[in-house]
Amino acid sequence: MTALLDIDQLLDTLESGLRQILQARGVDDPVLIGIRTGGVWLADVLGKRLGIAQPFGELDISFYRDDFSRIGLNPRVMPSSLPFDTEGRDIILIDDVIMSGRTIRAAMNEIFDYGRPASIILATLIDMGARELPIQPDVVGRALTLEAHQRVKLRGPEPLRIEVQESGQ
Amino acid sequence: MTANDPSPNHLQLTRDGQLRHFLTLDGLSQPLLTDILDTADSFIEVGERSIKKVPLLRGRTVVNLFFESSTRTRSTFELAAKRLSADVLNLDISTSATSKGESLSDTLLNLEAMASDMFVVRHSQSGAPHFIAESVTPGVAIINAGDGRHAHPTQAMLDMLTIRQHKGRFDGLKVAIVGDVLHSRVARSQIRALNVLGAEEVRVIAPGTLLPRDVEDLGCTVEYDMARGMKDLDVVIMLRLQKERMEGALLPSEREFYRLYGLNQEKLGLAKPDCIVMHPGPINRGVEIESAVADGPQSVILNQVTNGIAIRMAVMSMAMGGQMAERQQRQQEQQEGRA
Repeated sequence: MTALLDIDQLLDTLESGLRQILQARGVDDPVLIGIRTGGVWLADVLGKRLGIAQPFGELDISFYRDDFSRIGLNPRVMPSSLPFDTEGRDIILIDDVIMSGRTIRAAMNEIFDYGRPASIILATLIDMGARELPIQPDVVGRALTLEAHQRVKLRGPEPLRIEVQESGQ
Repeated sequence: MTANDPSPNHLQLTRDGQLRHFLTLDGLSQPLLTDILDTADSFIEVGERSIKKVPLLRGRTVVNLFFESSTRTRSTFELAAKRLSADVLNLDISTSATSKGESLSDTLLNLEAMASDMFVVRHSQSGAPHFIAESVTPGVAIINAGDGRHAHPTQAMLDMLTIRQHKGRFDGLKVAIVGDVLHSRVARSQIRALNVLGAEEVRVIAPGTLLPRDVEDLGCTVEYDMARGMKDLDVVIMLRLQKERMEGALLPSEREFYRLYGLNQEKLGLAKPDCIVMHPGPINRGVEIESAVADGPQSVILNQVTNGIAIRMAVMSMAMGGQMAERQQRQQEQQEGRA
């Protein structure tokens, strides 16, 4: 069974939330970084919606994951690509789903290896709760509580859609 | 099992097919070699950052165990381990313990007692890394940094990475390996890798005295005449003349060798115009290769060095990852056994 959430509504919420926080912080020249794979699709869409001309960056956090010592290296690792200097920049970091917060910790560690940003704003399309680290998104498309056997997944890039899958049965 | 075992994979792969040692290319599949190249591509990007370090091997200890001296290989392994955040110990065994009469097994036991997680081994005897991999404590990864005349798998893989960067593919490529194939562990690994990755033709060009017996069985064609051999080449790999290993009258003279098998502009002109020139180093200028060619626009010799760091990072992190995943599995099975 697959239930669909309205992606456009969530993107509207993300966009207006980001506009508010950028204005409140006085940030007028932000750059976008998406976490592979879903976050990269979102960075593309939000970059257009927010009118950010600077091409967005793509992060593959495989080299920074904290479960390397348990499962080894992700064999599908791709090079990260940040087509701008992060030093002193205001960054909007985007991922599709936040749960434990471990992906975001890894992503921030990686970003700092490129340079010292002025600030990072965290935006996620869906917040699943179940946090294991003290990391909270600044802007969320929607909070979602699922049953233990359900999983949420962003499919894309064209068209973007959200699937809630029943699994583990 | 011996070093000549054709399928050493029960030793170098985990049950799930992940790398846990890197001893030889023999028996490794095309998808696995491609994974190594792809992972290395990601590490090349790391080398271009302001902080050229990732935390994968943080807290792990890597011992460079060199029973045979080397500058480039040892220093790129050291840099690779450091960029993975490992602690690195460089041991030049040729000048230490063994000269005091300590056996290889005792040296290893001592190093294991220092809680090492990985040994990078270079040895003049073929099969030494296999021997160490068989006797080492489970959980410790062994990387072959060149053993005797047998194999030099990281060198071959960095060469494959360099070829893929410049040619974008392997199928349809004609590649020649020129010179002292007899003493070359690099050539053996290169021929293997090129065959597995699907090059159209691997050609060795050398005098008969510098070819191993039945060299064709390695998966290559043989050409004794360099002018004929250079035709239609996409890649030419020059080997170093291993003067220190020459015993007896294998060569008339260096000058004669250079005249017949040295690479100069004129001979390079016989290959395809976009043919790239490679050399594992160190170069003997005027013995295997003319300076104008070594430093010329078709030379990718320095790219090879840069790629060497990325390939070694890839192999080290994949082998360590395989070992750790296996360690995790063992612990789980033990717990389940107790429960």
